[in-house]
Amino acid sequence: MTDTIRRAQILDTELKRPELTSQLEETWKTERGLWGALSTVDHKIIGRRYITTAFVFLLLGGVLAMLIRLQLAGPEGRLIGPDRYNQIFTMHGANMMFLFAVPVMEAMGVYLVPLMVGTRNIAFPRLNAFSYWMFLAGGLVLWISFALDMGPDVGWFAYVPLSGPQYAPGKRADIWAQMITFTEVAALAVAVEIVVTVFKQRAPGMSLDRIPLFVWAMLVTSFVVIMAMPAIMVASTSLILDRLVGTHFFNPAEGGDVLLWQHLFWFFGHPEVYIIFIPAVGMVSTLVATFSRRPVFGYLPLVVALIGTGILAFGLWVHHMFTTGLPRLGESFFTASSMAIAIPSGVQIFCWIATLWEGRPVFKTPLLFVIGFIVTFVIGGLTGVMVASVPFDTQVHDTYFVVAHFHYVLIGGAVFPLLGAVYYWFPKFTGRMMSERLGRWAFWLIFTGFHATFFPMHILGLEGMPRRVYTYQPDLPWHGLNLFASASAIILAAGFFVFFIDVVMSARSGNPAGDNPWDAPTLEWATSSPPPAYNFAQIPVVSSANPLWEQPGALNVANGLHTDRREVVVTTITTAEPQARESSPQNCIWPLWTAIATSVMLVWSIFSPWAVVWGSIPIAITLIGWFWPKGTPEDEA
Amino acid sequence: MRIVVGLVCIVTLCGCQREERQLRLDPPAAAALDKIALMPNKIGGAPPQIYFALDQPYETNAYDLSQGKRLYTWFGCAACHGDGQGGIGPSFLDGWWAYGPETVSIFASIRDGRPHGMPAFKGKMTTEQIWQLAGYVQTIGAYSARTAAPSRNDDKQTRPAENRAPAAILFDEGPTPVHPDQGPTP
Amino acid sequence: MKRRIGTARLGLPLLLLLGGCDNWQSALEARGASAISLKHLIILIVAVCSVIWMLVMIAMIHALWRRRTAWRAPLDLVPPRERRLGWIVSICTGLTAVIILGFTVASFFTTRDISVAGQDDLTIRIGGLQWWWSVEYLDPDPSAGFVSANEIHIPTGRNVRLLLQGDDVIHSFWVPSLAGKQDLIPGRTNEITIRAERPGAYRGQCAEFCGLQHAHMGFLVTADTPEDFARWARAQRAPAANSADDEEIAAGRDVFMRKPCAGCHSIRGTQATGTSGPDLTHLASRAFIAAGLLPTSRGALAAWVADPQTLKPGNNMPLVPLTPDELRAMSAYLASLK
Repeated sequence: MTDTIRRAQILDTELKRPELTSQLEETWKTERGLWGALSTVDHKIIGRRYITTAFVFLLLGGVLAMLIRLQLAGPEGRLIGPDRYNQIFTMHGANMMFLFAVPVMEAMGVYLVPLMVGTRNIAFPRLNAFSYWMFLAGGLVLWISFALDMGPDVGWFAYVPLSGPQYAPGKRADIWAQMITFTEVAALAVAVEIVVTVFKQRAPGMSLDRIPLFVWAMLVTSFVVIMAMPAIMVASTSLILDRLVGTHFFNPAEGGDVLLWQHLFWFFGHPEVYIIFIPAVGMVSTLVATFSRRPVFGYLPLVVALIGTGILAFGLWVHHMFTTGLPRLGESFFTASSMAIAIPSGVQIFCWIATLWEGRPVFKTPLLFVIGFIVTFVIGGLTGVMVASVPFDTQVHDTYFVVAHFHYVLIGGAVFPLLGAVYYWFPKFTGRMMSERLGRWAFWLIFTGFHATFFPMHILGLEGMPRRVYTYQPDLPWHGLNLFASASAIILAAGFFVFFIDVVMSARSGNPAGDNPWDAPTLEWATSSPPPAYNFAQIPVVSSANPLWEQPGALNVANGLHTDRREVVVTTITTAEPQARESSPQNCIWPLWTAIATSVMLVWSIFSPWAVVWGSIPIAITLIGWFWPKGTPEDEA
Repeated sequence: MRIVVGLVCIVTLCGCQREERQLRLDPPAAAALDKIALMPNKIGGAPPQIYFALDQPYETNAYDLSQGKRLYTWFGCAACHGDGQGGIGPSFLDGWWAYGPETVSIFASIRDGRPHGMPAFKGKMTTEQIWQLAGYVQTIGAYSARTAAPSRNDDKQTRPAENRAPAAILFDEGPTPVHPDQGPTP
Repeated sequence: MKRRIGTARLGLPLLLLLGGCDNWQSALEARGASAISLKHLIILIVAVCSVIWMLVMIAMIHALWRRRTAWRAPLDLVPPRERRLGWIVSICTGLTAVIILGFTVASFFTTRDISVAGQDDLTIRIGGLQWWWSVEYLDPDPSAGFVSANEIHIPTGRNVRLLLQGDDVIHSFWVPSLAGKQDLIPGRTNEITIRAERPGAYRGQCAEFCGLQHAHMGFLVTADTPEDFARWARAQRAPAANSADDEEIAAGRDVFMRKPCAGCHSIRGTQATGTSGPDLTHLASRAFIAAGLLPTSRGALAAWVADPQTLKPGNNMPLVPLTPDELRAMSAYLASLK
């Protein structure tokens, strides 16, 4: 009894190093076995899980892409019928956007942001666990329905009236709409966690101008998520209501408007692109600095560019609607604002090139992906400027030109940096290095395969090939380029295959990495690889933007946290002065139960509006369980 | 794993066959579907075996039901039956089926016509279309909400959508009005 | 005699199409006034962007090459020349702004250039349906208007006003060689003007995803000289050809009227008055059937009627069971609808 009381007052200042780490390990650890796995709230375990799941969805989406290329390799292909094809391309788009690109970026944030800001866990760790389970459930709903021949077939944009009650029979469109709800709940949860982590849990001394650029990027992304996602949730809920209950949000005969859908969808849909792209910018900024062996050039302009991109992202949704017959004045405004996004993007590109120019570039695999990114993304950005022009867009809108454009932006602009980031942070995730040799193979296969697949699509679009066609007729001059693109897609797929092989093999038997294999400047490299459950034995104190470079040797640390309970330091928003000790919840199974209850309610509500009433009861019960005091020391704070 | 199994079960139960889209019906199957066995009084009867072999698609398959809804407009059913409320022809919403509520009776009514003005659509529609239409007409008069039934049209709303059991609502509103004579009673 | 002229007229565009006119649905093969100014804009912007890309690439390659080092080069924590680089980056950013301003202005002027037809120009109502196009020539005199499908004839050298209406879901009207695209949206009417300077056939296609057969929703715009156009319009206004003397054709017509065909299709001058399918009055005068799916020929017509769901799965034309004799007669009849 007295022993426990004494233990309850243990602060880290009173302990020697080995005792401290074992004590912290005991406090922060995740139990072994299934129960531990299901109840963990460790941001690293959840982040790794999130990343892995997202990459599994990438793989599945890639298989769909190969099916699409196989079908389009020749005219009047009979491999896949129109019904399946429509499901496939819808699944490909929805899967890549909602189940791969957004989650993987947020997952990188979930894993890295707490480490980069020097704290022990993400804010709201149980919400984080809930977020993952919701994401997983959303992905399962989508893929299981696809396997049952009821995958959505209305395009990832699900324009009404085609997705509305009259023209989309069955539950296919509802499954799409509800999958949105799942993933958006997950994304919003992570966004809130990241905003709070960045604002309130930074290491002492990490004032706003010392935040790593990746963290800045995740912060901006999180705000964009918080502001953009509600639009799509309103839209998809209205769609389900129209389809299930018979409301008239999108019914012109009863005063609804089909264009309302497009406004709501693209008010989310365009920022969505930046939700994917801004974290990639953060990754590139990090990688460029490390592999140029100097701090990034233009920290302030880069931060301003990130924020500018985030704000401008909300001013250009209409450029997806240039052919719907909007007023001329509006079109001119949105042309100008869409083109204006080129300015922050330009600033970023110029700053990176300047960093390389004045730095000493080291050609490791991550840098290769950054170079591939610059080459590709500049093309994608320039074609983006092209489609921002209304008259230009009337010729290329909804053609393969646009398909080429956004694959350049999304693969070139986000997946290349992401792969670079995986090569870069893999040692931190696993403690092992990835293979430099396979990495080069993967890069060159993906890079050449990508350009050979997607560049011809620009020409196909200008030659008049529309998007989303399940086949084309032999008398149209498109089969040569299509065949070429399909053949090149095999190279691209081979590149990803090499990448996945490399990941699996390196995770098992890669060379041990050590704490900081790249000699990188940010805090995540100040702890072991992989990091211990408590991240940092002592909370580092930061006095510059590149702490590990400017204070080689040992960092200053802050003391005074309890070791027998989970505690994190709360600091002020701007200057990161320590403010308080805040307890961080223990492992908890309730987020899983809540996620299951929520999933049941959401799936049920596709079939009956009463699900919202009856399905809320289990959710309420699980939430009460979640928030009920558990009698742990953390309750006291 | 439990979630996975649970979800699979739920979705399978709901999705069973309901979503598959049979875009082309083989002509022999169509011909066989035409061979219904009606009672001598032309009310009630049995669909052919193949109807069950196909798993009664015209009553349970969302795509076929929605095609039926399209045909309801295309073939001018609304001219007499309105939006289901009836007019020159009887209503589908009042819970009263002059020739019985089975799909096969509705099929026979559409195909062969009925006395007092219901024309035969035999020469105007294919067998598959008549089945699709019959299945749809049945959902108009449904008492309980059906998951596979189509929803509202992008038109003026005159009654609850088919998947919201419109008949039940109208039927609950009180005693039904006197039914017009539908021809010689069996 | 009359019929032979018809064949000749039909043959001309067909020859044009099949004889090497490869890119007849291409924004780069601009033939209409709007498409030509759009093409100039496309070339301008693409050229400028290509130059920009190359400059960025040169800068990047130079940056990578000039100080490339082996691993673990010493750190460079206080690099010199930050100010100079800052100026260069600022100037580049300024240039970016200037260039996009230029693009905006160029877009603005191109938009102004695109011809807009007035109220009194030839006006055609285009209806987008799953998965074909209804074409209705409007005329102040209602009796002079007529209906067709999937093929639009326009006189050369004149602005033609198209009223675009989506009759079920959203479609998009696009003839790349003549103009940019414009959507057909239920509950709204959009307008687009097309103009062709020279006779020719230009293919178009639905550009907004519209369901199962979005891929097979093509149409043809045929530009005729004003005289040819007047002759064509006169022929279109007339009711269907009536070749009662040909036994096979008469039998085919009989089949058409007896079978479900007449329930959906109209053939003016007969008792077929259905409105849910394309108007077939002058079916055989069009170059293609089934919304650009197959070139018109008796064989293609027979194949289409025999099994529409295999040729265009999911379209709304049912498979109507016909005996071989009926099919032969029917195809003869349909092929006679010049």
